[in-house]
Amino acid sequence: MKTFSKGGVHPDENKLSASSAIREAGLPKQAVFSMFQHIGAPAKPVVAKGDEVKVGTLLAEAGGFVSAPVYSSVSGKVSKIDHVLDASGTCRQAVIVDVEGDEWEESIDRSPALVRMEDRPELDAPAIVQKVKEAGIVGMGGATFPCHVKLTPPPGCKAEYVIINAVECEPYLTADHRLMLEHPDEILVGVQLIMKAVGVSKAFIGIERNKPDAIRLMTERAQAIDSRIKVMPLQMKYPQGGEKQLIEAVIGREVPAPPAIPINVGAVVQNVGTAFAIYQAVMKNKPLIDRVITVTGKQLARPSNLLARLGTPFSQLIDECGGLPENTGKVIGGGPMMGKALLSLDVPMTKGSSGLLLMTKEEARRAEPQACIRCAKCVSVCPMGLEPYLLAKLSGKADWEGAEKNDITSCLECGCCQFTCPSHRPLLDHMRVGKSTVMGIIRARNAR
Amino acid sequence: MNPILLAIVILGAIALASALVLYVASRRFAVKVDERIDRVAEVLPQANCGGCGFPGCSAFAEACVKAADGGSLEGRLCPVGGQPVMDKVAGILGMQAGAAVARVAVVRCNGTCEARPRVAEFDGVQSCRVQQMTGRGETGCVYGCLGCGDCVAACRFGAIRMNPATGLPEVDEDKCTACGACVKACPRGIIELRPKGPKGRRMVVLCNSKDKGAVARKACANACIGCGKCVKVCDKFVAITLENSLAYIDPEKCKLCRKCEEACPTGAIHSFNFPVKPIKKEE
Repeated sequence: MKTFSKGGVHPDENKLSASSAIREAGLPKQAVFSMFQHIGAPAKPVVAKGDEVKVGTLLAEAGGFVSAPVYSSVSGKVSKIDHVLDASGTCRQAVIVDVEGDEWEESIDRSPALVRMEDRPELDAPAIVQKVKEAGIVGMGGATFPCHVKLTPPPGCKAEYVIINAVECEPYLTADHRLMLEHPDEILVGVQLIMKAVGVSKAFIGIERNKPDAIRLMTERAQAIDSRIKVMPLQMKYPQGGEKQLIEAVIGREVPAPPAIPINVGAVVQNVGTAFAIYQAVMKNKPLIDRVITVTGKQLARPSNLLARLGTPFSQLIDECGGLPENTGKVIGGGPMMGKALLSLDVPMTKGSSGLLLMTKEEARRAEPQACIRCAKCVSVCPMGLEPYLLAKLSGKADWEGAEKNDITSCLECGCCQFTCPSHRPLLDHMRVGKSTVMGIIRARNAR
Repeated sequence: MNPILLAIVILGAIALASALVLYVASRRFAVKVDERIDRVAEVLPQANCGGCGFPGCSAFAEACVKAADGGSLEGRLCPVGGQPVMDKVAGILGMQAGAAVARVAVVRCNGTCEARPRVAEFDGVQSCRVQQMTGRGETGCVYGCLGCGDCVAACRFGAIRMNPATGLPEVDEDKCTACGACVKACPRGIIELRPKGPKGRRMVVLCNSKDKGAVARKACANACIGCGKCVKVCDKFVAITLENSLAYIDPEKCKLCRKCEEACPTGAIHSFNFPVKPIKKEE
């Protein structure tokens, strides 16, 4: 069974919500739409206070090429445009809508009927990319990189393979797994659309083998819908969902160090949730207004997968799954390995919210760091072949030159090093600081 | 010939020839060092703190000599040595020293433990830099002091210490040399070098929050809420400006009348080193 070659760990899976079907979350009383739901330039609001909006009304247009528009996921009245706290803990511009009823834009096709490629023969590559761009779709795995940019290969690059990331290697998260079980056909049509958009005839769906039901179902449906799409079972290893790791696991090619990107080795990687969103945008004319989010935790009454509207506050999602347990120590936005602890539960869900993990006080407690014992476990698990102990030390001493020389910018921030460290050293904390500082230095240098 | 004698002669000849080469070379390729640089460097404190903006005391000495050749020492200041040292430097160079304004580091945050409740707990590396980049601090204020003491570690003169009661750093004015190391170390840019003022008296807005009034107030009872009352009472001297819901007192223009301190509803404006009983000066 295939996997990537360098490093990796296998944390306890804890997929508590794997068997709970996706259910629709209730409408919020007030929805908050951040202008910073993607990587790149912030979106620019096009509505004003007091405007009536419906589900699917454009709230903000893209602020540049690497940017994405934002649509309303609720119907109601724009109450204000203000700076509010978002999941990263920063106050950022957002459009706030008071919800009234649930009225949808008429152009959106809400019927569950599957629209196949054969039904829309007029679709060509530019039309698909344009539609994806207009729908405000971003990488749904959590990176939130505007999707149309990836579907527009830079000149001189030719895509050969489409790789669909259905690995979901983060412990606890099951949103992609459930999506595959419940909407396999839509996902496969979405994959066909991506293939058409980038002009390739081969696609792989990488699924870890801890999801045998999804592998079986997707293989079956892929044969029925499009035999060019192959399902590839992968060995369980974190961080296989990392773009570079997945490419190596599936097609055996290694993406060189930055500034090289996956397209340089002929691969276009999209998350399975993104494929689903692309299907909805192109075939159903539905912009990105909702997504599946896993709300889970060992103490939570009902760990669930919710189809929730963007802009819903996290606190409401937790209430729908049985409320906040008493001894909650940390609430993490995303999975336990790469997610970030939230400062407040009032922050709204965004395009990149793949999970909400409630940790008990005991689970959340960080162990006291001990001295480095030079065991080099961090080196052997680093999927990028870095030396985390060294980088953390350099960063701690503010030796940015040294950190840059030792390729700190290649760090994925996957956290394998810290996970495996027997001395519980805060390696990732230092590496994150080092990485962002060095990136800042490089940007300043390039700007000069 | 006696072989011992022969060896001495040959070696002597080689030595002579080499000495000649060395002599010529030292004359021909001599690097002229301005002796004033060494003399200036001697009077500098040799702390090599970099507070003057140059890498170390000898580099500063060189810069002073160059500036003197240019005609003026204006703008060259060793913050550690202050006026006495600059007078000595000026004496060596036969110049008049520029008037040095004694400055001191001021921590512009008064978010004490009582005023600014903790809303989260940061359990990562206890360093302000790490906390700023990986979290957003433990309180609701994203502009205030993080309290891990990066500034304390950066100070080479032992002039800053954390006050455990308030959770904020305190500057010892007598020890502070205004070298600026703490200013650089603070990831939130809270510390500012301000003129000490006459008899050390000065007015400072002890807040760095650019949040709107309601948000700032919710996070911290001592925050500047940008109400503008201080700006109004300072209509005579126009020393206070309000930007991004944060008042700033221009030390050059401030006449120390203390009206703003009385006007401030949250107590964000502080007076330093005034006599205990406020003197109401009518200007």
